[in-house]
Amino acid sequence: MLALIPLLPLIGFLINGSWYALGQARGGKAVPATAAGGIATATIGASFVCALMLFLQLLGSEEEARTLEVTLFHWISAGALQIPFTLRFDQLSSLFCLVITGVGSLIHIFSIGYMGHDESPQKFFAYLNLFCAFMLVLVLGGSLPVLFLGWEGVGLCSYLLISYWYTDPDKASAGKKAFIVNRIGDLGFLLGMFLIFTTFGSLDFTALKQLVLTMPVSGGIMTTICLLLFVGCTGKSAQIPLFVWLPDAMAGPTPVSALIHAATMVTSGIYLVSRLSFMFALSPDALCVVATIGAATALFAATIAIAQNDIKKVLAYSTVSQLGYMFLACGVGAYASGVFHVITHAFFKALLFMGAGSVIHGMHEEQDIQKMGGLRRLMPQTFLVFAVGWLAIAGIPPLSGFVSKDEILWMAFASEHGSVALWVVGALTAALTAFYMSRLFILTFLGTPRFKVAEPQDKGHHDHGHGHDHGHGDAAHHGVAVHESPAVMVLPLAVLAVLSAVAGAIGIPHMSWLEHWLHPVLAHAPALRPEVHHETEWVLMGVSVGIAIVGIALAFVIYGNLKTAERFKTQWASLAKILSNKWYVDEFYDALIVKPLNALATILWKFFDVKVIDRIVLSLGDASNQSGALARSLQNGSTQLYAFLMLAGFLSIVGYSLYGIFH
Amino acid sequence: MIPVPVPVILSFCAAIFFIGLAGVLIRRNILVVIMSIELMLNAVNLTLVTFSAALDHPHGQMAVFFIIVVAAVESAVGLGLVIALFRTMRTVDTDQIQLLKG
Repeated sequence: MLALIPLLPLIGFLINGSWYALGQARGGKAVPATAAGGIATATIGASFVCALMLFLQLLGSEEEARTLEVTLFHWISAGALQIPFTLRFDQLSSLFCLVITGVGSLIHIFSIGYMGHDESPQKFFAYLNLFCAFMLVLVLGGSLPVLFLGWEGVGLCSYLLISYWYTDPDKASAGKKAFIVNRIGDLGFLLGMFLIFTTFGSLDFTALKQLVLTMPVSGGIMTTICLLLFVGCTGKSAQIPLFVWLPDAMAGPTPVSALIHAATMVTSGIYLVSRLSFMFALSPDALCVVATIGAATALFAATIAIAQNDIKKVLAYSTVSQLGYMFLACGVGAYASGVFHVITHAFFKALLFMGAGSVIHGMHEEQDIQKMGGLRRLMPQTFLVFAVGWLAIAGIPPLSGFVSKDEILWMAFASEHGSVALWVVGALTAALTAFYMSRLFILTFLGTPRFKVAEPQDKGHHDHGHGHDHGHGDAAHHGVAVHESPAVMVLPLAVLAVLSAVAGAIGIPHMSWLEHWLHPVLAHAPALRPEVHHETEWVLMGVSVGIAIVGIALAFVIYGNLKTAERFKTQWASLAKILSNKWYVDEFYDALIVKPLNALATILWKFFDVKVIDRIVLSLGDASNQSGALARSLQNGSTQLYAFLMLAGFLSIVGYSLYGIFH
Repeated sequence: MIPVPVPVILSFCAAIFFIGLAGVLIRRNILVVIMSIELMLNAVNLTLVTFSAALDHPHGQMAVFFIIVVAAVESAVGLGLVIALFRTMRTVDTDQIQLLKG
């Protein structure tokens, strides 16, 4: 049963993939998305059922027996390096499996509606299924190499899905950017893995946990290992300095953004840190780096999100920011809180992304929130579910986002690894989050439409201009016939809305089921700083609610009236410019890395390659040509010359022998 | 009868051999080349016979018989080749027949 969890989506991939390949071979007739999507959804749904049953089995068993293990085959065997392909299902894996397959199923269902007009839905669903299979391998892998297989696999699928509409050069290059930036991180991961192997001689998590406790290892090596692995995490989970790929990854179809770039793949960094928490716990320096990077990323991305006008870009930066929160939690030793935020974030961010997808779908590929407004009446169901997601991420109690975020803030403040500074950054980020999400919500759903609403009888246009994310249509001329999305898209949103609202229940402070559940697999929760009082927790909770409300209120004051917003923007023109240009990070990287690399490559090409390597190779060729021409003159076809040469050779041998004899 | 001294005979043989060799290398008519080869073979035969007589040992004379047989065969094959060559090339001049090249 355990093997079935990743195997089922893989089967779905094979079915849809071969269907697509066969279809291409026979001329590529369009197939209905319901068929391809149905297969894909069925496999991932069945996988969810498997995961759920195993999870219930785990729930019912003793705490010590809560690990299921299956070795599928012997993968690598080279001397001391023995890597069986082991899948391990324990408390941590089970939660991730449930989120991946559960949210994944909902997103698959949503995609059936969203990709309804796509030319090759089999390809899309094949990639989506393959992604799920690799993601499940990632969280189920019993050793680092198996995890790494999933890690690279999801990277591949991410690339394939970001540049799904590869005919658009921008989208294709966004895929490349994601892949290349991730490679930088993966290098860190690999080096970390090598260092673990040379230090401990094993890569299996269970064995490592024992070894780390028994083997004395210098703190420097442990810190190096943790930091190298964390480099991998910054790539996959979009942290400073490698976060630049995630906003660009929004070029992919919106369900992809929801599944890969919000709910699952980008959280694998947090999974890795939690899985190896027993190592990170031994290296306070590494933890400090993790916490600092996390907090910095959270704040940094939140500031950028304020000034973005693309609905998906706002959500992308919001994701980066929330991932920063999760690393902040891990960095202060509160791994359970980090995992808790992974789960709640998966719910509400998938909800927000798919809500945005629904809006984009309804608005006929319009993504600019400045051209939206007043969708409350036109898309009432999407409005409702989006509102839940908005309040959840903004941190309004009792929605799930509040509970998990508040716990992170409390731990950032109170943990022995935490500090007031980390809390201030976190709280500031919370305020900004509430502010930019409210801005997004107000500009999209409230107010009056800032586009020309087409007359309701203009139905012909609706079925006409549906080229998903392909272009912005001709809405400006004819008006937009906004329509509510079909039930197949709204229903998953409703489920996620309910989950976003109530998921906080599993991690209520002081009676957290989640913390208790994860206790055996994670490093122990850190001690609190001695000067922190328990009453402070309630004060801070009140403060964080207050912050959220202030953020929302501020957004309403500014963006409730667009004239105020304009005035506000002109007042802070220079700041707005910097923020809307994302602090010029891309330009900075371009100047610092891309341009010098390009220049270096040009030098190497024009000078080293052409003038040195090519010249060596060409002159070798010339030399053999010329010596050939020289030797060729000997072989002129005259038999008598040959005979003469033989004689000369014979005589010289004889002469040499005689010379030897007489001397 | 005073026997001719061995060194004289050997010098004579060497002279004939090198005359033959020069003929093989220099002459342009294939027939003459083949004749020169015969000359070289017979120079060797004469050498063998000389040693055989001087050392009073029959092996040299035996070898000579073999060489005579082989030389006859060689002449037959060689002349056959020359005729075949002449039929295709219409010449027996080695300067005109330069086919052994890549």
